Amino acid sequence: MSQDKDKTGAVTTTGHRWDDTLEEFSNPLPRWWVWTFYLSAIFTVVYWLFYPAWPVGNTYTIGIPGWNSINYTATQPDGKEVQKSTHWNMRALLAKDMNDLHAKQKQYFDKVAALPYEKVAQDAELMQFVNSAGKTLFSDNCKPCHQAGGQGKITFAPNLIDDSWMYGGSYEKIHQTLTGGRRGFMPAFKEVLSDAQITQLANYVLSLSGDLHDAKAAKAGDALFHGETAACYFCHGADGKGKVEMGSANLADKIWLWVNIPEDKTVESKVADVKNVINAGLNRGVMPNWDTRLKPEQIKLLTVYVHDSLGGGK
Amino acid sequence: MSSSSEDTASLYQKHIPIHTRSVKGKFRNFKTAVLVLAYTVYFLLPWLPWHRANGSHQAVLFDLAARRFYLFDLVIYPQDIFLLSLLLFIAATLLFFVTGLVGRAWCGFFCFQTLWTDLFIMIEHWIQGERPARIRLSKQPWGAEKVLKIGGSHVLMIAISFWTAFTFAIYYTDAHQFVIDFLSGNAAQAGYITVLALGFATYLAGGLGREQICIYICPYARFQAVMYEAETLAVSYDARRGEGSKGRVIPIKGLRTQEERHVAGHGDCIDCGFCVQVCPTGIDIRNGLQYQCISCGLCIDACNNIMDSVGYPRGLIRYDSEKNLASAQPEKPQIKWKRLKVVGYAVALLSMIAFMIYTLGTRTAAEVQVQQIRQPLFVELSDGKIRNRYDIHIVNKTEREEVFTIHATGIPEDALSLGHVSEIKARAGKDLTIAAKVDLEHDLAERVHEIKFIITPLSNPQEAIVREVNFSSKQKEHDEKEQDSHD
Repeated sequence: MSQDKDKTGAVTTTGHRWDDTLEEFSNPLPRWWVWTFYLSAIFTVVYWLFYPAWPVGNTYTIGIPGWNSINYTATQPDGKEVQKSTHWNMRALLAKDMNDLHAKQKQYFDKVAALPYEKVAQDAELMQFVNSAGKTLFSDNCKPCHQAGGQGKITFAPNLIDDSWMYGGSYEKIHQTLTGGRRGFMPAFKEVLSDAQITQLANYVLSLSGDLHDAKAAKAGDALFHGETAACYFCHGADGKGKVEMGSANLADKIWLWVNIPEDKTVESKVADVKNVINAGLNRGVMPNWDTRLKPEQIKLLTVYVHDSLGGGK
Repeated sequence: MSSSSEDTASLYQKHIPIHTRSVKGKFRNFKTAVLVLAYTVYFLLPWLPWHRANGSHQAVLFDLAARRFYLFDLVIYPQDIFLLSLLLFIAATLLFFVTGLVGRAWCGFFCFQTLWTDLFIMIEHWIQGERPARIRLSKQPWGAEKVLKIGGSHVLMIAISFWTAFTFAIYYTDAHQFVIDFLSGNAAQAGYITVLALGFATYLAGGLGREQICIYICPYARFQAVMYEAETLAVSYDARRGEGSKGRVIPIKGLRTQEERHVAGHGDCIDCGFCVQVCPTGIDIRNGLQYQCISCGLCIDACNNIMDSVGYPRGLIRYDSEKNLASAQPEKPQIKWKRLKVVGYAVALLSMIAFMIYTLGTRTAAEVQVQQIRQPLFVELSDGKIRNRYDIHIVNKTEREEVFTIHATGIPEDALSLGHVSEIKARAGKDLTIAAKVDLEHDLAERVHEIKFIITPLSNPQEAIVREVNFSSKQKEHDEKEQDSHD
């Protein structure tokens, strides 16, 4: 250093000069700095021996086999687990990490699987897991029909966060729906009833939930509903509240699934919408069964999620 | 310089070892005081016990695995990350503020590179002797004396480096247990890696690299330079007084007293070279302000001692500003703080310190966030009631289990439901999210705009936390849309 440097403090320059005062200095590098450069070059050679490095054709060098290998358990598409050993690579590391995380997650799944529904719902900490894992499972499997928040879509899929459950909202019923799936059906009445009769029925149906309707027509519809020609009461019940055993719709509440009555502003459009359903019937309410796609503990967790985090209970 | 032509021919600079001369004076004393204080705190703090009902019994422990920092009576959780950013801001502004006033005081007196280098130079001085002895030793051929003395000092440096690294490691783990685990080979891998890597790095930087770190590696050394202003006090050589009109000269016969020198046109600098010999970065302060200067003030001490011995006034090398040195009538150097930059740094510094004290003072033992579930914002139930759902996120920032109760005001008592959850119990330092549902009659739902959730820790009911959230309904959503379209 400058302990023996020129007393004037002069520096060597390359002779390049810009704007009168800007000069390019020619300061030598410290020698140790150069050694770090050589060391880093040596390091790369060591790196080649341990890690994938050089591209060769359409493959690459993987280092010395066995020097830096990763052993992990891989799950094949058919569910079989095999032990794998491979050269160092990010995909194997990820697989290893995922295995570790699955093992951690399994403790919670096991807990959910072992406890009765009510006990799971009472445990605030376990419910925290149900909420986060349930949200993921729901998003992966249920969201396409029931929407991200479970709010469903009128004319398409039922809302799971309100308190109306066509097939029952208890833990057992939800579990049954998830494992076995559901298939809703209502016959067409076009051939059975006259248009005037269907209009009367539609008015009666609207009156059940206190919606806009023609009172006179509704009275006639009442008789048809409970009569043997149409026999609506057979599925929907004498009070029109539907039957959980068969999944028939509750016509007496304010919740509609297959027609958007709340959005219809006039009595005519409401009646027309209901008439459409009575005329043509319904064959759309299909929910697939999930017992072949999800594991039992996943279905159980989803049951608790739908029941407690969404809107089950009735 | 004699080797000038060789240096230009070679692309590389040879490392010339610096053998500094020891010096006595007020800056040396200040440096020693800082060194003793810093080492006492650093090396002993992790061993300080602290009484806590739960958690660690170490006064300072950065427990990364359990995700909490213990600082005496304060326990910091990841949720307090904001405090760290405040601390970093305060540290940065303090550096700017001090550098603007008195230059690179951090480098010269407080930086760990300076402290460890200083200590290692002291070791060399203690084992190998004063500067001339050390130069002689380094020039003499390898023999028993040289191996013993140089090897001995490096062994001691390495020992201190590893003790330093070991001390660093025990800030992050139980100190007593780590000693046992470390020596019996049972400590965590990260522990060994930390001690090895940091120990090696300390020896490399303090024992071998020294001034090379400051000159070639440290970024602070570079960017502190831009914080200098003309009024900033820096270690400076008063060239006008030292050189006179004919330059510095050694006090040969006829040039011994100040009068004789002034008459002959020479300055007060007797060219003894002590300022260069004591410099830990090996520079000559008489060449002016240089980026290599770490502002440690040892050359001031050296020069003052010489001035005293030859009977000239002190302060040929002193803390002074560029502006004052250049002025026709230099005044006594003093700290000039009435500058926009300095005042700006001070305002930022003080307001952030005040904010940090406020944040720490009003810190609650629990942290709560209530978030309305937005997909969908509300749902109509079969009986016409409107339901809103909320996620209540509770963080228990204490070292014991805490049970909470959740109430809501402004709505009927039975409107709030927490599902079947029987007890809201958050474990020590853990968080918990509770799903809440609020069902309101249709008419009421249209009137209620906000709900207040009151979350009460049972062991400390006066620290109840209130969170206000929206309640959404059909008509309100409709109104808002209308409002928007009118806007």
